[in-house]
Amino acid sequence: MVAIDAEVSEDIRGGLTTADGKPLKQALAHAQARARRKALLLVVPLLAFILITFVMPIGQLLFRSIHNDGFSANMPQISAWFDETSAGDAPDETAYAALVADIAASAEARTIGVVGTRVNYEMSGTRSLFTAAGRRAEDLQPPYREALLELNAKWGDPQLWGVMRSVSSAYSANFYLAALDLARDANGDIIRAPEDRRIYGMLFMRTLWLSALITGLCLILAYPVAHLLAVLPLAKSNLLMILVLLPFWTSLLVRTTSWMVMLQEQGVINNTLVALGLVGNESRIQMMYNQAGTIIAMTHILLPFMILPLYSVMRPINPSYVRAARSLGATSWTAFRRVYLPQTLPGIGAGALLVFILSVGYYITPALVGGASGQLISNLIAYHMQDSLNWSLAAALAALLLAGVLILYWLYDRLIGIDNLKLG
Amino acid sequence: MALPIYASPLERVWHWTYKAICAAIFIFLIAPILIVIPLSFNAEPYFTFTEKMLSFDPEGYSLRWYDMLLTFGMQAPDAPRDWSWWRDVLANAIWFDVAWNSIIIGFFSTILATGLGTLAALGLSRSEMPWRRSIMAVLISPMIVPIIITATGLFFFYSKIEIQKWGVPYLGIILAHATLGIPFVIITVTATLSGFDHSLSRAAASLGANPRTTFFKVIMPLILPGVVSGALFAFVTSFDEVVMVLFIAGHDEQTIPRQMWNGIREQISPAILAVATILVVVSIALLATVEILRRRSEKLRGVTAG
Repeated sequence: MVAIDAEVSEDIRGGLTTADGKPLKQALAHAQARARRKALLLVVPLLAFILITFVMPIGQLLFRSIHNDGFSANMPQISAWFDETSAGDAPDETAYAALVADIAASAEARTIGVVGTRVNYEMSGTRSLFTAAGRRAEDLQPPYREALLELNAKWGDPQLWGVMRSVSSAYSANFYLAALDLARDANGDIIRAPEDRRIYGMLFMRTLWLSALITGLCLILAYPVAHLLAVLPLAKSNLLMILVLLPFWTSLLVRTTSWMVMLQEQGVINNTLVALGLVGNESRIQMMYNQAGTIIAMTHILLPFMILPLYSVMRPINPSYVRAARSLGATSWTAFRRVYLPQTLPGIGAGALLVFILSVGYYITPALVGGASGQLISNLIAYHMQDSLNWSLAAALAALLLAGVLILYWLYDRLIGIDNLKLG
Repeated sequence: MALPIYASPLERVWHWTYKAICAAIFIFLIAPILIVIPLSFNAEPYFTFTEKMLSFDPEGYSLRWYDMLLTFGMQAPDAPRDWSWWRDVLANAIWFDVAWNSIIIGFFSTILATGLGTLAALGLSRSEMPWRRSIMAVLISPMIVPIIITATGLFFFYSKIEIQKWGVPYLGIILAHATLGIPFVIITVTATLSGFDHSLSRAAASLGANPRTTFFKVIMPLILPGVVSGALFAFVTSFDEVVMVLFIAGHDEQTIPRQMWNGIREQISPAILAVATILVVVSIALLATVEILRRRSEKLRGVTAG
């Protein structure tokens, strides 16, 4: 008896061991680490893939938004002069000589357009200044200051020199300033952009406002439908669910096209209204190529994203709670407001956040049915990418939008949890 | 949902109003999708129902827009429709060309997304998975980040690494579409795995199956419905995607949505509605497949639909 006790206490003191004599704790930690490694190994290929095709491109975009070497790479001598002197120094003859040498070299290499475009982003109307000087640079003789000023008096403008100083460094936050309707004056201080140039702030506000409105509309439309689907017997609700899932599975362009067909001035809705005599033939309602078009089409497209999370929360709600409230004397409105609604809040939160996140970045539908007043911030990013070719500004706008979306995404993960995202 | 017999008149009124509201919302959901189908058979180049159509006069209907899809871009569309005419269709018809591109891109991006996504979902659903939540958030993010941002980033990235010069056709767009499809695969497969009874794989192991046999004979058949519906989601995502194609696809890599986009932007003709109708039929088929798979999966896992 005593001997056995001694043996047990010996074991406890030395720790339990496995059959081959290893301490149990260590063996367990070992096995767990191996299981963790195994699990991680399964995820690593995809993680690497996402890193290359998604995270790195986004990094590239962020880099673009603060980096533009259009000026500094092609104008090395004047950039060096700016490095040596400090802000506010008046350009002397060496500066002009460096400038002319750079313009001549740049014109030779056919990059003068790039240089002019870069300066033009900060100060409009200067691109032609550079290209014109590029054509004549070979003929210019010292003193270069007088020669350049003779070419165009603008070369003496302190604001132009201020701008050139700011773009002589490849890294700058100026694109973010521009994206926030701010600018720098000749001294480098941050000021608000001129009244007629303040479009981005307005567009960000409009994007937020329209997204909020669409989210609200989706919620109003989705709630009764989700409730109906949740209280019907499964066989019936599965049938009705097809009406929700079919739009979800139908191509986005198809849905946008059909809204274009319906909303046109000569389209189905207007024709029906005219045929019913509700609207005169001359006063057909303009429902497309304006904000109304964006709102109607996007509400329709995003509605399933609201119905599905609401439905998955409403389905398991026990109907006896509402019945109990009614039997205790609550009116049906009170029973709904105090008992049913609070139970559906997680679904409302999930659906609303999802719809809001998706609508903030919408591009296709506003581009096709939005007209001028229904454009969102994504459309402006596309415009700067494809038409104005101010890629750094597009990148800065995209980075701001991305920051907003990531904050919402983080919120979604915090409140609802990514694992609870369900499809169909 | 039936109304109790003691309901007050007000409640009766509300009950029927509520049903009417729901019906109206269902019509709002489905009408835009169904309306393009009859309109695509319009004999006139209008986007509305003509009087002949409304009176069901056969003359009001025609297949001319479908015919136009077939012949658009052909060298000799009016030639007699014999063997060489069909060869002309296959070689030159633009919609045939873009449909082929769409299928190629969709197929390979689906394979990529499903393979990598299923593997990762298997890892993510293990209880030992470290940093599960953060990794999941990263893997789902391509679905959340606006496509225009991803497309812009990829545009910069691809022009930096000069992917067009690698000589692999469709490579850039396939990788981009696979990235967009991955979140759908992850979501559907992890959802299937969350209901997976792990004692089954332990039972297989105790009966002498090695891990590979366990995976292919026990786990795979059970999660297959989830994998297939994830793959269908990924395929639809690629098949429907236009922004990436606008930004990064080469000139000869245009897809059906891209061609539709051109058609809508320039001169919208009922031929677009014919394409839309075909796509609606495709999505009905896909939805039916996913629905059948879901029921099968529920049956396999012992969850019965009421």
